[in-house]
Amino acid sequence: MKELLQDGTVNRVLGWKKGDLPYNPEPAFFKSAEELDEFIYDGFCGANLSKYMIAASALEGKTLVLLKPCDSYSFVQLMKEHRVDREKAYIIGVGCKGKLDIERIKAEGVKGIESISGAEIDGDCSTLKIGTIYGEKEVAYKDAMLERCHVCKGKEHRIYDELMLESADTLDSGRFEAVEAIENMTPEQKFAFFKNELSKCIRCNACRNVCPACSCRKCVFDSTKFDSAQKANVDEFEEKMFHIIRAFHVAGRCTDCGECSRVCPQGIPLHLFNRKFIKDINEYYGEYQAGNNVEDETPLTDFTFDDLEPGERR
Amino acid sequence: MSMNTEFKPKIVAFCCNWCSYAGADLAGSSRLAYPADVKIIRVPCSCRVNPMFILRAFEKGADGVIICGCHPGDCHYSTGNYYARRRMTLLFSMLDYMGIERGRTRVEWVSAAEGVKFSNTMNEFVDAVRTLGPNKRLGDLRCKD
Repeated sequence: MKELLQDGTVNRVLGWKKGDLPYNPEPAFFKSAEELDEFIYDGFCGANLSKYMIAASALEGKTLVLLKPCDSYSFVQLMKEHRVDREKAYIIGVGCKGKLDIERIKAEGVKGIESISGAEIDGDCSTLKIGTIYGEKEVAYKDAMLERCHVCKGKEHRIYDELMLESADTLDSGRFEAVEAIENMTPEQKFAFFKNELSKCIRCNACRNVCPACSCRKCVFDSTKFDSAQKANVDEFEEKMFHIIRAFHVAGRCTDCGECSRVCPQGIPLHLFNRKFIKDINEYYGEYQAGNNVEDETPLTDFTFDDLEPGERR
Repeated sequence: MSMNTEFKPKIVAFCCNWCSYAGADLAGSSRLAYPADVKIIRVPCSCRVNPMFILRAFEKGADGVIICGCHPGDCHYSTGNYYARRRMTLLFSMLDYMGIERGRTRVEWVSAAEGVKFSNTMNEFVDAVRTLGPNKRLGDLRCKD
């Protein structure tokens, strides 16, 4: 990376920078070789960098961007929507051994974290050794993984200029299991479940801001004429509406990168909405994976004469 | 005078200007009865119906929402109802997923010549919603009387 930056092939590097805690690296642009000393890529670098490429596409010169296999789907989807410029990106496809969720580590009863080892990408990623103020603790890597890594889309990058590092298989559960469990509930249970989850929403807009599919220049939820623009005006209904409408706006374009659930400060399983739409689209209109390639027609901008009527099942 | 306590469902019907609205008109001029609780909103095409309209209708106290458009293939704008069909299929499935029973939402294709179908559809739909009872979910409490 340093060489590419120094010889002028790329003007900047888009990657992750060490955070102030051992588990919160943040996305960052690096403009010089010295700045790259702060670069980090480990198990906590879950952030999907493809959305930052929209801003980077407006800048002069090329940007070197690191994309994990699942991020590359988002990049292809953005290319398809003409939001990013392929010519301005130098993509390094980095390997991924599953990304970690600090909340899951804390849920294991680990408190007062001072240091974490075992999350290094070149390690075997099986056990995390966590130094805490109460002594050393161990957590299995798999137990600390983000939900999305348990339903991993695969190790293959959809787009890249260069590949780096090895990936690991992390898929160990069915992608639609949680959705099916909800579908089998009674209407009362379903409603109670979503009411419970969604009333935690504080309308911080983190899910919208992080979502690569939510990249419209003008967003309906920014309108001041609209009650749900802020939590203060929001009632029980608006909480639900925001999430239904947001999921609907990204239906057919959501690559299921799982960023919405990762960034939610309230831990709402937002991917359940998107995955329901993905499941329905697969069932009704044939298997479709957003971001698989640039050519495919998006299901909601397409139709066939013999589509199912609403309510029918195949 | 005794109070009538029987539950009368409030139904919002989005009717496309070219077929279903004319169908409703025909139902009226043919003296066909359908419940007065069905409030018709005229839209230029069934695909004009934004998912938000449906959610808003429920918010404002509707017990059921029905969308009527031209038969597939007969759309005034050629393809509008095909897009609407896909969208509504997904949206209704999502509402069902969240606990708004499938019976409260419906899409029906009614042509301008089908006054009888319009009246029958509305009668059936109102009956179906009546058995489901008032829509307590997703409603804004401030809008209920």
